[in-house]
Formats: sequence, structure tokens, C-alpha cells
Amino acid sequence: MTNVTAERQEKSAVETVSVWIDGQAYDVPKTMPHPVSGEQVGTTMIQACHMHGIDVPYYCYHPKLPVAGNCRMCLVEFGTPALGPDRQPLYNEDGSPQIRKSPRPVIACATPISPGMAIYTQTPEAKQMRESVLEFLLINHPLDCPICDQAGECKLQEYAVDYGKADSRFVEQKVHKPKQVDLGPRIMLDDERCILCSRCIRFTRDIAGDDALGFADRGSYSILTNYPGKPFDNNYTLNTADICPVGALTSKDFRFQMRVWFLKETKSVCTSCGTGCNIMIGSRNDRIYRYTPRENDAVNSCWMCDYGRLNYKWINREDRLREVQQRRDGAPAKTNWSVALKEVAERIESSPSGSIGVVASARLTNEELYLVRRLVQDKDAITDSVPRMGEADHLLVDADKNPNTNGAHATGIAAKKVGADIATIADRIRQGKIKTLLVFGEDVTKHGIEADLLKELDTLVVSDILPNATTERADYLLPGCAHAEKRGTFTNAKGRVQKFMKAIEGPGDARPEWEFLHELVQRKTHDGGSANLPALFNEMAEQVPAFHGLSWGELKDTGAQASL
Amino acid sequence: MAQEYRLILQHADEPGYTNDIECYLRHGGYEGLKKALALEPKTLEDGSVKSGPEQIRDEVRTSGVRGRGGAGFPAARKWGFINHNSGKPIYLICNADESEPGTFKDRQIIYKDPHQMLEGTIIACYANNVHLAYIYIRGEFHEGAEILNRAIREAKEKNFIGKNIQGSGYDLELYLHRGAGAYICGEETGLLESLEGKRPYPRIKPPYFPAAYGLYMCPTIVNNVETLCCLKHVMLMGGAEYAKLGTPNNTGTRIVCVSGTVKRPGYYEVEVGKVTIRELIHDFAGGLPEGRSLQAVIPGGSSAKVFRAGEKFQIKKKAGDGQETVEMDLEDLPYDFDTVVEAGSMSGSGAVMVLDDSVDMIEAIANIAEFYAHESCGQCTPCREGSLWLKKALQRLAHGRGRKEDADYILRIADNIPNGRTICAFGEATAWPVQSTVRKFREVFEARGAEDEARRARETEGAGGVGKEMDVAASSQP
Amino acid sequence: MPESHPNFEVPSQLEAEIDEVITHYPEKRSASLMVLHALQDHFGFLSKEAIEWAAQKLELQPINLYELVTFYPMFHEEPVGTYILKICRTLSCAVNGAHRLHHHVCERLGLDPNSHASQTTPDGRITVEYAECLASCGTAPVMMCNAAFYENVSNEKADDVIEECGNNGDTETENKEDV
Repeated sequence: MTNVTAERQEKSAVETVSVWIDGQAYDVPKTMPHPVSGEQVGTTMIQACHMHGIDVPYYCYHPKLPVAGNCRMCLVEFGTPALGPDRQPLYNEDGSPQIRKSPRPVIACATPISPGMAIYTQTPEAKQMRESVLEFLLINHPLDCPICDQAGECKLQEYAVDYGKADSRFVEQKVHKPKQVDLGPRIMLDDERCILCSRCIRFTRDIAGDDALGFADRGSYSILTNYPGKPFDNNYTLNTADICPVGALTSKDFRFQMRVWFLKETKSVCTSCGTGCNIMIGSRNDRIYRYTPRENDAVNSCWMCDYGRLNYKWINREDRLREVQQRRDGAPAKTNWSVALKEVAERIESSPSGSIGVVASARLTNEELYLVRRLVQDKDAITDSVPRMGEADHLLVDADKNPNTNGAHATGIAAKKVGADIATIADRIRQGKIKTLLVFGEDVTKHGIEADLLKELDTLVVSDILPNATTERADYLLPGCAHAEKRGTFTNAKGRVQKFMKAIEGPGDARPEWEFLHELVQRKTHDGGSANLPALFNEMAEQVPAFHGLSWGELKDTGAQASL
Repeated sequence: MAQEYRLILQHADEPGYTNDIECYLRHGGYEGLKKALALEPKTLEDGSVKSGPEQIRDEVRTSGVRGRGGAGFPAARKWGFINHNSGKPIYLICNADESEPGTFKDRQIIYKDPHQMLEGTIIACYANNVHLAYIYIRGEFHEGAEILNRAIREAKEKNFIGKNIQGSGYDLELYLHRGAGAYICGEETGLLESLEGKRPYPRIKPPYFPAAYGLYMCPTIVNNVETLCCLKHVMLMGGAEYAKLGTPNNTGTRIVCVSGTVKRPGYYEVEVGKVTIRELIHDFAGGLPEGRSLQAVIPGGSSAKVFRAGEKFQIKKKAGDGQETVEMDLEDLPYDFDTVVEAGSMSGSGAVMVLDDSVDMIEAIANIAEFYAHESCGQCTPCREGSLWLKKALQRLAHGRGRKEDADYILRIADNIPNGRTICAFGEATAWPVQSTVRKFREVFEARGAEDEARRARETEGAGGVGKEMDVAASSQP
Repeated sequence: MPESHPNFEVPSQLEAEIDEVITHYPEKRSASLMVLHALQDHFGFLSKEAIEWAAQKLELQPINLYELVTFYPMFHEEPVGTYILKICRTLSCAVNGAHRLHHHVCERLGLDPNSHASQTTPDGRITVEYAECLASCGTAPVMMCNAAFYENVSNEKADDVIEECGNNGDTETENKEDV
């Protein structure tokens, strides 16, 4: 969907027309892609204004949804070029075209522009219309901002400050509607806060393909609802909380957890599947409170699935691996990074060719997989990743649940089909050929290398984030970091290389894998290469053909295509 | 003494006239349709050929027929927006959702002369290359629906509907669709949504003008029952002859519904513009009850702006080659499309509601406000919130809870609803009666507010400083 | 919330009728109102089961029909009186005695004459409600009893209509007088 949109936008060099906005001339494309069908349709006034940074406030409009036109907040005045009796444009003395102002306002979200059109967003009439729409929206709206989760990112609050009046003239009784409505397993609804903009209805019907929400009753008593007894439960429901312009729809996971203005927002990427939806991590004091989707038209538009969104709790888990450990007399004992890395480097270096096996998760970053490859490249090691295939859906969810399978391919960790060599590694351990196994981020006992087989090894080096049957058997245990705790890049299922930034610190001694991998490579080869992440990425881009031509800086916030 | 001119209602009230097809045929029924179907293509001087349907459209243009549903838009111009080469089917809907308060003319046609309405509809369909049409009838017309269903069945049996109508090669299917109690379905795009099985939320225009993106996003014509009946007569008389009825630009006849505080409320078919409001009230409707005097007239259904008795208007009139402005009293206004608009209101759906001096104007406007609050679909903000706010404020004032500032308070609410701020004209319909009533009867509103405040002040003193809670839940009871 | 209707079953004749109505439209969804009317005419109200049955029939989600059932005043989500008296309350009827009529009817049936809400007699026989303009302002006040329509309704005429509903009204009247 979104890829098509973006491509079409790039490809077709659309004709531009000139319009006047608040007395100034601007060029705008005559058509733009429709948010759902991707078809080129007439550019609207609101698009023209927004692309030139001119503010037109709105509630029901959403750039990624079909237009509804119901809130009336974007009402503007407009005019068209005045024509003389000869049907030719008339000009003022200063040479500017004469405009015939329309006696009626229009909604900027639904009205297409035409050549020479004049749009007035700042006239007293335009301001008065906004003010009155806001007043109407507020008369029946509860004044519960102090306990409302939306406070701080509420458009009603925001616009009331920007465009409204402080006092309400309303002296009648408010309409009362259902509160704390359990709309579905992840969404709560407060009908009194709802301004009936229908964004959620349009999203779930037109984007998620689940026609599950609607309005019941009518007039001022209208309420948003699901069908009674049929919970709103698709894998995209939480997007409705994002696009709800007020506090009517809230995430059960996030509500009452944290005031949004305390949250630090960090650009990142979701790791739950190969799509790599762009996200914002909301954190405070090294704790993650929420993921929200971040717009990237080449990947996820501005949506993400509920599964991915809620798949962050493991990062905050109490049993995270925090200590560097070394097995002494059959029992794990605490050690430190310098001892452990020195010994691991020596063991690898002293291993005969063909005696090392590596299982490196396709959840590691491109840079980390690149460093793993470098670490063992002169040892004729067998390397692989663990496949994680599941179900895909029609929208964002990819069948591959690894976020970086293409990175594993590109760096040569998984040369063939992911997981194809795990059986070979197991066989060679059994045969006594592989004596050293390096495992990064996988519980291999669940993926073809049974726990008993691990006993055959001389050395088992394991890096992971959470304890499991493999970490329990490690000779060296190196605590790693979740993506939220480091910087790096993934290559998504469509070959897009996307970077993510560090939101929080890892627990205890945990270090980003790329950091200690860099140190291992340095110790082993005395040529560790780049010691900071951007330089490491650039180095990798030179060394790995798939990444040729890319640079950390040019990935920007939305990534770039690898040549796979 | 002004006289009725019965064209559409020519037979409806005749003793012995029944609503079956045999009776209709005995009275020259379906002759207009037969004439329409028989029109041969005509070769023009420039060699181009004008088809039968095109000739009918020309006749309708010549006739000057304007829509009888409320807006008074010329029927031929509405049809003219249809693109006949879009490759999409063209649909026609007969709007029989009669629900504008004060209006009961379509009911007469549907119940008493349904075949006339069918004939007009079929002519309109033929003229516009329509092969599938619907009659959207309001849900409360149970019997009307039965009558129409029977009429459709009869017309099918006689091959006025169906395949190869009267051997002309023209096919048309026509079905009846019932509403379920929503005024907004009379708004043509609300009607289309309703007919598509969705909530009848009027569509935003642009882009969804029915002529281009109507039913199923295809070109669609929505015409009122009475408008369609006019077509039968245009067909029989010829457009030019029809245009001689009525007055220039306000041609033909209109069924005017007079109700309220008059002795003989009812429907009266008159030539448009040839009778005055005074004649409607006094000659036709028998005048006001004894001892009563006129207080207000709502000239075009409850959506129209209210006229106050004694109001004077500056009306432009033709004088020789030029124009002159004459001052006219409300009751002297000719009841047509243009003059009533010039006087600041509209003849809308042809419903004249008369209010004598026994009616409390505050209660009357609270009653109308309650109607709009109940019927607002709730789609767009100003109408949804404004209509209920107006109802609450007006009912508060009507129930002794007024304030001195309420006239201004109510006007400011009402002023924020119309003039293009809402998706459809319902916004205007909600605001206009309130705006006009408060502005024209301002002293009544101010006096009531002041009275209420004074009384509350006395009560408060008596009750030791405790005021009563405002009661806004109760409804108006004129 | 639509009430449940245990043992809901659409008789084959009604289903055939509904199937026929659906053929009137190029898109099944368009038949929604007609199908809901047909079901309500038969069952008296639109239960959860009826809505879901219709949704399946029309290849819609139940919410699509729930949106309609709650929008249109003629549809009922729960059982109402066998007879529904709708009294027009809009302006022309109001100035010609609609409220007097409503008051009379309510008193006679033992209902609250001051309530403007829909009310049903305890025996479930008669529902009284206000309706907006019924398009017969020339014969105000008007009212409906189910599909039947009554014009120029005096209190006596209303009594006759109530009689025809099979309710002699004596019980209520007597109770009222006792109070």
C-alpha cells in the first residue's frame, strides 16, 4: 500500500499549479496520491497549505485516511480569479489578479485547489469559524484533562489554547454518555470525550480491513461503539488510540502509566518481524513505557501492529542478564568484560580451522553480524541464524519474525536459507569436529542443538539478553543489549536498511553486542576497525557488497535501500 | 376571490376517483408517457439528431419547472448536470420522504393519485436514460407504501414499467424503498447514503454532487414527488404552454399547504405567484379564529425564516422596461419562489404555517428547535452541537428559566451554524427559524428573560438565598 | 444494546420475501432498511439475533446494521407494545392540541403524561410516544396506531383508537380514580 503510494509520488512528475495562500503565491502539485488507493487525485487546500508550512487546524482530517469532512475545524475562506466579460482574468492596479471571494466558506480538507485560487486561513471570519467549532466541541466535552491520558497530546487542548476562547458561554446541562467502555482487549473508550471525528472508524474499516466500529444513536447523542458483544480485537486496534485526536480512545497498556510530557522519545524500529515498522520509543528513567509508530511511507505509513507495539515488556524484565560470567569448576562465576573478552579472543584464535560453529541471531544488527563474521572469517567456521517463520497478514505483519534476516544474508552469516546449516553444526559437534560454539541471542537447545550436545563442546560462548537453557550452559556468558539500548541498523524484509537510536541504558554490566564484538575482533586481529557505530556502519558498507553506497548519515530517519 | 388551479390535484378529490390504474387510465392516465415514448428523433438544421429523451429535456427546460421539494432549483438544470457519456448507469430517485414540518402535499398525491407520480417518474427516467429507479418513501407512510407497491405492480402488468415499455424498446425497473423515521433522508445525499444501506449522513460537496457521484458513485437525479408530477403535464401541454401557468420564472402550479392557527387548514393548488399570502390565509384557509390577529407566518416549511405580521419588504418589480422597488406588506407578497426569497425567506416546500397572537413565539420556536435537535444526524460539529444547544436554551427560556442575555446568547449559537459551516443545508434549516424569530421578536425574548430573572430574584430572597436548579429536561408545551 | 431473542428463527416464507427484496438492488447492502423492516414487522423488534441474521444475509458486519437500528426511530432494539401510538408533536399539531392529546392518552393508559419519552403500559400492550412531523399538518393533531393513521384526533377519537387496540382502558382509569 504505502510503497505504491511513495513510488507513484516519486515517479510521476505531476503538473504544478499556483495558488494564493493568505496573499502569497505558492506552487503546489495539481494532484496527489489518494491515501488508500494511491490513485492521483486533486490536491486539496489543506495539503497545499500544509506542504508550505501554513497551519490549518483539523480534527477529522488525517493525511493517511479518506476524507470525512465532519469536524469543520478546517473551514477557510477562498476565492477564484475574477473574469471579465471576455472570460479573461481581471487584474488589480498592482498587477495582481483580482479575486472573486466566495460568499461561503469551504472545508480545506475536501476542497480541491484550482489554478489561481486564493485561500484565506487568517481572516477574521476564518478565525471566528474555528473559534465557534471549538466552542461547539467543548460544550459537551468533560473538563477532566487532569486525569485524561491524552493531556499533553490532545488536539482539543492544544487548539483551545491556539484558537479558542477561555470562557464558555454554555449554561445548559451537558449530554452524558458512556464512560470507561471496554471496546476490546487493548482499547478503552470514553464516549464523553469523543468528538465523533470518525478517524478510528475509517482506520479500522479502510486501512485495517476490519469494519468493526461505528456510530450508534444520532444527533448530539451519537456515540462511538463496537457491535455489542463483539470486542474490537484486530491486530491494529492500538493505532486508533494514536489517531484519536482527543482522549476518547486510550491504550489499556499505557493509560495511567505516565504523563506523556515526561516521556523521552527515541527514534527506533520495531523488531517483531521483518517489516521493521518505524517507531518512537517512549521512555523515562531507563524504563520503556510505550512504542508508537513513526511515519515512514516506504515501510509502515504511520501504523504498526498491536503485537509489535506491546512486544517491549521483555526489555524491562527483572531477570535480564546483568553479569559477565565464566564457568569455573562447573559453575558460573562472575567475572569482568576484560577478562572474559581476552580469554574468548584467545580461544577463538587458538582454535584450529573448521572447529568453530556460530549461531548468530537474525535479531542482531547488521553491524553486529558483520563483526561476528569478521571474528571467525579465517577459521572456516560454519555460521548460521535461526529461522522464525510465521504468518503474514495483508497489511504490515511479515511472515519472517526475525527483524534482520536480510542482514544475516548480506553479511554472510546465513549464506543459504536461514537455519539450513544448524543441523550441520549439530552433526559436527556430535562428530567432535566443532569444539567451540559461539551463540549470539538464541537458545540453540530449542533450535536443533540439544542441551546434551552442548556438553561435547570445549567452549561454549553465549551472548544473550534473557536467561535460557543455552545461557545456563555457557562457559562464557556475555550479557547483551536490546535494540532499545543501543544504536544500529536492520535490513528489513524488503531490503531497506533502517537505523535506530538508543533510548535507554542496558541493565548491569550488559553492553551492546557491537561494542564487545568490536573489542573481540580487535583483540584477535589487532585490527578492530571502527570503534564508533556510525564509522562502523560506514566501514561495513564498504566491505559488504549489499550495503555499498550507503552511509550512516544518509540513512536519515527513514532508511535506504540495500542492493540484495 | 382567489381561485385554485388544479392541475396535479385535478382528480384527486373528485368523488369516485380511486387510486387504481383503471381509474387513472379512464382519466387520461399514462397519455403523457405514451406521448414521450412516441417522440421520433428529430433532425436539426445543422444535421445533428435530437433524440426523444433530449426533446423531453428541452420541453422541461422550456416549461421552467422548478423543484418543489424545497430548493426551487430548475429541474432541467439539475438534469443538465448529468453526464450521459460516463459509461456508468444513471439512477433516478423519486424523493417521497415528505417530512418538512408544515408539508403534506406529496401525501395527497401518493395516497390519492399514485399513478400520476409513477407516470412523471417514468417520463423523467426515459428523458434521462435511466433504467433503474427508486421511490424513497418515508417509513411512516405505511399505507402509502402499500398503495405505491400496488400501483407499481399494476403499471408493470400494463407494461408501463419493465422491459420494452409500450413496445418502445425502453426498459425500466422501479422499486419502492422505505425509510424509517429520519428527516435527514429528505436531503438528497443523505437519502443516497440511506438507500445504500448506510447511516444517512449527507455527503460532502465537493466532491459528491449526486449528478456526478450519486447512488453507487454513479450519476443520479433526485426529484421530489410533486416535481415529477409536473412533468406529466409538461409532456401533455408542451413546455411553452405549461410556462404560461404561473408567473415568469415561477411557472406552473404549486400545491400550497396551509396549517397552524387557521380555520380551514389544507392544501391548495394554485398558479405560482398568482395568489398572495393574504389570499392563502383568508380566501383559502378561512382566516384566523375569531378575535385573533396574525402574529407570524412561516412561509416555506419550518426551515424557512419566520415573517412577523406587519413586516414590510422592499420588492423589485418590473415597471415598463425597467425595474422599480415597491414596498409590500407581508400579506401582500405573491406566493412564489423569487418574491419570498427577496423578502428574506423562502417558499421552500410550499408549506405556510400561520401563527396567530395566541401562540407564544418562544414556545413555538422552542418546538421547532426540538424538531431539529431530534433530527440532526450528528455528523458535523456545528449542527450536531448547535441544534441541541438551541433546543436546550429555548426550552429553558420557554419554561421560566430565562436570563436577560438569552436573546443574544441564542443568536450567537444560531449564527455559528449556517452559511456553509455545515455539511448540508440542515444547518441553515436549524438556524434560520431561530435567527429570524429572535431578531424579529427580540422584545418578547428580552422581556421574558428579564421577567424570569426578576421572579427568580424574588424567589431567592424568599427561599433564603437558594435558587432552584435549572430544569432543561422538560419539553415545550405550547 | 439489542435484546436477545431465544429460539430466533426466520420462517421460510419471510426469508423468501427478504431474498426477493434483496434482488431489487445492485448491492445487497442497499436492502438493509427493507430487510430490517421485514424482520421487525414479523418479530416486533430487532433482536441481537435478528441483526446478526440480517448481517449475514446481506454480507455485512453486525455493526453496519446496528448503526442503522439505533439511528432510525422506527426501529426497536427491544420489545415494545403490541400497539404503538405515535402522536405528532411538531408545530402545527402542537398549536392544535397535540400535547392535550398526549396528556389524555397517557392518563387514560396510566402512563406519565409529563414524560416525553417512549412509554409502554405495564401489560406490554400499548406504547405511547411522540413523533416528529407526520406530514399531515392540515388535519392536526394527528397520530398513528401501528400502520393506521388518524387525523383531527379528539380525545374521544383517541379513546376509540385505544379501544380498537383491544384495551378497554377501564382498569387503568379505575386505578387512576382510586388514587
